[in-house]
Amino acid sequence: MDAALALFGLAFLASLVRVALGPSLADRAVAADVAFLTAICAVAVFALKVEAFAFDDVVLIATLLGFVATASLAWLLGKET
Amino acid sequence: MRLVAYVLIMAGAIQMLLAGIGVLRLPDVFSRMHAGTKAASLGVACVLAGIALLTPDAVARLKLVVAIAFQFLTAPVAAHLIGRAAYRSGVPLFEGTRFDELAGASKADGAPNPGDRPEV
Repeated sequence: MDAALALFGLAFLASLVRVALGPSLADRAVAADVAFLTAICAVAVFALKVEAFAFDDVVLIATLLGFVATASLAWLLGKET
Repeated sequence: MRLVAYVLIMAGAIQMLLAGIGVLRLPDVFSRMHAGTKAASLGVACVLAGIALLTPDAVARLKLVVAIAFQFLTAPVAAHLIGRAAYRSGVPLFEGTRFDELAGASKADGAPNPGDRPEV
């Protein structure tokens, strides 16, 4: 369980480095999406670890919010050019 | 059952790490999306399925299953939107790209495609 959390941390850091480097806005949008999904997984594992199943609401809502965030970034990207 | 759940969670975590490494290491936006969308979707689905198997609360388990379903519904749409916007805004392709089937295509309103680039 803790090993999985450590792997999520590494994946989150790797995506954040790409968010910081990313030459274009599209790179940043993709990397931020991956970072967000990694955070969702970490929240789900954490919910099981501390047996606080109310966190599963966070997982459900964050999945939908991640889609809205990515779609609006794509809209912004199309508008900018 | 617990063993299956732990294997699913660890497999998903490794998938997520591979997605992160792919997003960091691959050469252009479109190949990064290849890692970021598919590997991350499968990773999230594996992790949430493993956790749903371990969760004793039936309502929480249902929420996790619905989250997996939403993830599989929304990930392709989001990736399509980002890829389309990226191509149209003229993000450069990787120099090793062999085929660009959209080269020379124009937008529906007849405006030239800003993504147009010389033959590769």
